[in-house]
Amino acid sequence: MTGLVLLGIFNGLSVASILLLIAIGLAITFGLMNVINMAHGQFIMVGAYVAYLCGNVALSLVGADAAGNAFILALPASFLVTAVIGWLLERGLIRFLYKRPLDTLLATWGVGLLLEQAAKNIFGAPNVNVRVPTWLGGALQLGPDLSLSYARLFILGLALVALAGVYVYLFRTSLGRLVRAAMQNRAMADCLGVRTDRIDAYTFALGAGLAGLAGAALCLLGPVGPFIGTDYIVQAFMVVVLGGVGQLLGTMGAAGAIGGLDSVFNLQFSVSIGQVIVFAAVIAFLQVRPSGFIRTRAR
Amino acid sequence: MTSVLGLDRVTVGYGEGTVLSDVSLDIAPGSALCLLGRNGVGKTTLVKTVVGLLRPRHGQVLFEGVEVTAKPPNQRARMGIGYVPQGRLVFPQLTVRENLLVGLEALAGGKAGALSEVLDLFPVLGEMSGRVAGMLSGGQQQQLAIGRALVARPKLLILDEPTEGIQPSIVIEIRAVLRKIREETGVSMLLAEQFLDFASGLADHYCVLDGGIVAMNSSAAELDRPAVLDLLAV
Repeated sequence: MTGLVLLGIFNGLSVASILLLIAIGLAITFGLMNVINMAHGQFIMVGAYVAYLCGNVALSLVGADAAGNAFILALPASFLVTAVIGWLLERGLIRFLYKRPLDTLLATWGVGLLLEQAAKNIFGAPNVNVRVPTWLGGALQLGPDLSLSYARLFILGLALVALAGVYVYLFRTSLGRLVRAAMQNRAMADCLGVRTDRIDAYTFALGAGLAGLAGAALCLLGPVGPFIGTDYIVQAFMVVVLGGVGQLLGTMGAAGAIGGLDSVFNLQFSVSIGQVIVFAAVIAFLQVRPSGFIRTRAR
Repeated sequence: MTSVLGLDRVTVGYGEGTVLSDVSLDIAPGSALCLLGRNGVGKTTLVKTVVGLLRPRHGQVLFEGVEVTAKPPNQRARMGIGYVPQGRLVFPQLTVRENLLVGLEALAGGKAGALSEVLDLFPVLGEMSGRVAGMLSGGQQQQLAIGRALVARPKLLILDEPTEGIQPSIVIEIRAVLRKIREETGVSMLLAEQFLDFASGLADHYCVLDGGIVAMNSSAAELDRPAVLDLLAV
């Protein structure tokens, strides 16, 4: 019995870590920069396909046995490729629309459709399987009814590493300090000599890159298709809003809360009813506390 | 000698309306110009044109003889313009120390020594070092905003209504610090104010704006105080 309870907790943590990984990038582009990037889900998809390509390249170079290990290299590759696409999108489109949030929403939605169609044309509509390391295939046996899958443990670790990395970058480096200053008051930072246009581009690229990383991680859980990111995007926005826009710790807490509730209700009811209850709970909470878990205060 | 700041027949407006028309002024190196005028005559508009937040419709802005009319604010800051805006605009969620570090690190050649100098000028900023800037009192925020501009060791320090909404004891303190840094560093200043009292003994040149034009331009020695007060009266 305790095994089942522990397994439930682990499943909740696992769902939470996936949500967290997907929401970190969004916490930067939406939370910090206030850009509603509707293509975020497609960035996740790009990251997943980059991991797929890495696997294919490795297959032709080192053969089937070792090809799975290329997945470890695919993580940074997915991050970099998606970050570059994000950088191009910011320089080419979003920077002209900072004062027009609704137009940003429509424009990025269009970009998302383009990326989705491009993926269908290049890789085809059916899902593809990504080669993952064989050593991530098993599960950690802790008892008769308690086994933790290595893939999910890996994602949990990756989410925490990504969160810690973003935290250190934003709060412990001088570049991160300039980013936070620019996000709080762009015009004032500009007047102090901060090159806010570069900061915007780097920051958006970072958020996009993290989406790509999340996409690569999703390959561990199942096959990859053109809509892989879209499935998660609504929940990811919900995590950022619930956590308090612009709050990393809040994002972590919200991912935990939603992931936890999700797995509890999924056990008790069906999946879709579980989702409905989670949505309702989030909406009710935001009625009481519109700014989410963590509020910022200032005179 | 080339002036630190020169405005040459600058016209600025928002939309259809014109706020400043054909305004010209000069600030000689090491001198302090006080820009006086009632609420709404265009002091802040002029200041924003100097720092680069507003583009003039026509006319030129020169910094140390170099035309900067089309340059963005961050480039002007790197050339040596330090800006203390109206309403202070410290970064509310950054700590006091982080606010100062942003002022320091935004410029490539930021010197660590400048930070301790500023903390000597405003000891309260050292005491509040780890406090979030948004929670400081108005006077403390004003000192922080001035410190944040000074860590960059600007050649021209621009202050837009630094006494607005601040308790008198801190106003006196701020005035003393500004006099001190003028004497010690020879930094030039552009001070926008509604009240003559704060500027007296600090500025060596006065320029009164009224109705979008320069109504009076005078050195401190020759200042016709009754006429100025008349222009400032509501």
